[in-house]
Amino acid sequence: MSASRLMDEDEVRRAVTRIAHEIVERNKGASDTVLIGIAARGDDLARRLAAEIERIDGTAVPVGALDITFYRDDIGMRAEAPEVHETRIDFDINARTVVLVDDVLFTGRTIRSALDALVDFGRPTAIQLAVLVDRGHRELPIRADFVGKNVPTRKDEDVRVALREVDGQDAVLVEERIRAGGMEGA
Amino acid sequence: MNKHLLSIHDVSAPDIVRVLDTAESFREVGTRIIKKVPALRGRTVVNLFYENSTRTRISFELAAKRLSADVINFTTSGTSVSKGESLKDTALTLQAMGADAIVIRHSSSGSPLTLTRWVRGSVLNAGDGTHEHPTQALLDLYTMRDRLGRIEGLRVAIVGDVMHSRVARSLSFALAKMGAETTLVGPPTLIPPDATAWGVQVSHDLESVLPKLDVCYLLRVQKERQRQQYFPSVREYARLFGLTRERVTMLPESALVMHPGPMNRGVEIDSDVADLPRSVIEEQVTNGIAVRMSLLYLLLAGSAPEGGVTDA
Repeated sequence: MSASRLMDEDEVRRAVTRIAHEIVERNKGASDTVLIGIAARGDDLARRLAAEIERIDGTAVPVGALDITFYRDDIGMRAEAPEVHETRIDFDINARTVVLVDDVLFTGRTIRSALDALVDFGRPTAIQLAVLVDRGHRELPIRADFVGKNVPTRKDEDVRVALREVDGQDAVLVEERIRAGGMEGA
Repeated sequence: MNKHLLSIHDVSAPDIVRVLDTAESFREVGTRIIKKVPALRGRTVVNLFYENSTRTRISFELAAKRLSADVINFTTSGTSVSKGESLKDTALTLQAMGADAIVIRHSSSGSPLTLTRWVRGSVLNAGDGTHEHPTQALLDLYTMRDRLGRIEGLRVAIVGDVMHSRVARSLSFALAKMGAETTLVGPPTLIPPDATAWGVQVSHDLESVLPKLDVCYLLRVQKERQRQQYFPSVREYARLFGLTRERVTMLPESALVMHPGPMNRGVEIDSDVADLPRSVIEEQVTNGIAVRMSLLYLLLAGSAPEGGVTDA
């Protein structure tokens, strides 16, 4: 399969820095902000954003990880139970602004699941959404507040984000779909 | 994963790891203020208990409810072994009501397997006769891994009435599968003669085994067995095989004391010993909910009606 590169290491770094600035600007500082990344990879991005925000604003922002598997809308419609990741939110989200962080925004179904999951943890003042790549093809009325890069794609392509923390390098790749992937990367 | 969980033989070593890893996520759910996720919304889980077992039934009930499944408790307490037609008719009734999973506890070994012939849903064995109790074994493995960081290479003694214990059988098979070293300890009358074929050691001397252990797993003394003369008296059993406050000091510092419950304090375990920090008996109960959630999730969330959708 041929994969073409949508973003390289420098572009990913610049996108993260810009989003961090935008989060601080939009929220007039980051003192009431918390970051929650959607596993897997959204949580790594959330940690990077937190480091950038601390550099820009001097505020240490709490970072959590959220697994949305148990909230998916296609459970029981698949032949195999979806794999589960770790959820770790060891701070209060009540009356805070939660910035949800994910790598790719696609159908919007993952975000819908994440919104359902978040309200089980409390009642934030606001929930905002930051994504590294918005590839279009929404199936739900959901949009991102902060976008690293808008990328027009075909629906049958896969957009894959590689991150240093898990994949050894930073890159955003697009390739022909190898297998039917349900909500993968949604 | 197999469709049913009847025996530890139904799950491979990688399956076991998957069950334990998934249970890790469900334990986190148990620490939330809202301890419930919608994963099995609209599914029906039936607890079919032909034998009394408050703990196991409540554990399964809570597990299913925390997954948002609907739970029906079908208890036939006090009835004698009901096989053949009556179990079949019950099964067909539950089938007709659309049960997605049936959790069965029965005094006859093999009834869960029989049940699979009549129902379309998943069957989970919650203890059948003297055969197996696989969910107990899996929650025990979870607790060992959680506390000691691994299962492979652990030295575990299972002490007591191994002969009549479905817990001992399931746990021995599971430990062997995961590469732990198991020793069965008890009077010769309570150790099955074929036990060495399970891949375990056998000893009749508790004190010689204790200093080498990572886990001392005590079985409940079933007092009705004494009337059947498997051992002379409960007091003698306690003197030879009870984990007393003196004996517990022979265990290595880091070793755990485990018990599937309910305990006979003063018989297989001294009351003080049950309350030591190294006794993880309550943790076993808490972990049991997470492990049963994991099993229900893995068995039901992947059971697509016609092979599953391929795309969202």
